[in-house]
Amino acid sequence: MHLEIITPDRKVFTGEATSVTFPGSEGQFQVLNDHAPLVSTLARGPVTIATGSGTETFTVDGGVVEVLNNRVLVLAEAVIAA
Amino acid sequence: MPSLKEVRSRIASINSTQQITKAMKMVAAAKLRRAQDRIIQMRPYARKLSEMLSTVSAGAELAAESAYNQTRPVERVLLVVVTADRGLCGAFNTNVVKATLALVAERYADQNRRGNVHILALGKKGGEALARRGFNVDTTYVNVFSSLNFDTVRVAAEGIMDSFVAGRYDRVDIIFNEFKNVATQIIRTEQFLPIVPASAQANTKTTSVNYIFEPSEEEIITELIPKTLKIQLYKAVLESNASFNGAQMTAMDKATENAGELLKELRLVYNRTRQAAITKEILEIVGGAEALAAE
Repeated sequence: MHLEIITPDRKVFTGEATSVTFPGSEGQFQVLNDHAPLVSTLARGPVTIATGSGTETFTVDGGVVEVLNNRVLVLAEAVIAA
Repeated sequence: MPSLKEVRSRIASINSTQQITKAMKMVAAAKLRRAQDRIIQMRPYARKLSEMLSTVSAGAELAAESAYNQTRPVERVLLVVVTADRGLCGAFNTNVVKATLALVAERYADQNRRGNVHILALGKKGGEALARRGFNVDTTYVNVFSSLNFDTVRVAAEGIMDSFVAGRYDRVDIIFNEFKNVATQIIRTEQFLPIVPASAQANTKTTSVNYIFEPSEEEIITELIPKTLKIQLYKAVLESNASFNGAQMTAMDKATENAGELLKELRLVYNRTRQAAITKEILEIVGGAEALAAE
């Protein structure tokens, strides 16, 4: 699936991912390929991305995530790369 | 004809002015590039955010309850006037001030007569100009441009949103320069609060999808709306910032060009005066020699 993480100041991540873990405001959850359409708010915490070649982690400070047709879009207020 | 010395000193002064305008043009060009990059980076976020908002509210039918879209009879008006902190940028600031005055005269004349139109200045120039015309100008956030980033603008946006929710204003408009290209700025007036319903751009693709909402549609909407408002203001400020640098660059380019033309003319005058002086001297010498020879 295709993942994009953007903030008002820059694009933090774009690319293919096999799974992403989010700090949802109702608790952590994971999105895999062919996930059902979803909109969720995010709390402050780490977003972990698993790509074919390893994992990457960003710390987001609140935001929203939308999942639709294998496109995952994260709008974060601020991102601290970790 | 002016004396040689006079012309020489004018040439020197125009030369140094030209150097200054040239340097300012270069600085504005460098700043412009940075300002443009910021807009370009912000645009996808703004677009996606409004898409998401319309996605969520399309399924929800309940955006009406939000505190930010209450339509009240317009009694007290706040105009957010985005200008620059500095001049030397052509008609950039003047255009905004003019547009503000036109808007007040056209739409808020009654409220203005009762003294209910307030101005919130972002950028010093507009605030100063409107204060001189007797408006009630709030300068709390006038310094957003001295360190321009999302945080400072966010604070200003929150302040405006709070006073709208508290009922201190019934309507908030933003007036700013939109960046079209380096030489062109378009004056825009946008309604900030109450929120314009987004139904006009009804999204056909989203209505058919059944989203899972977490925590719930209402909570997502209440979180998204303030975000979009902040982004709307941030966008206006960034556009204005880029426009300012573009306007200044153009103005300084013109000034440099004019100085060049002036210099060309003055050099001509200088050479002509010098030649006239030489000719006169020769004439005097020849005349003197002839007088001596005649004796």
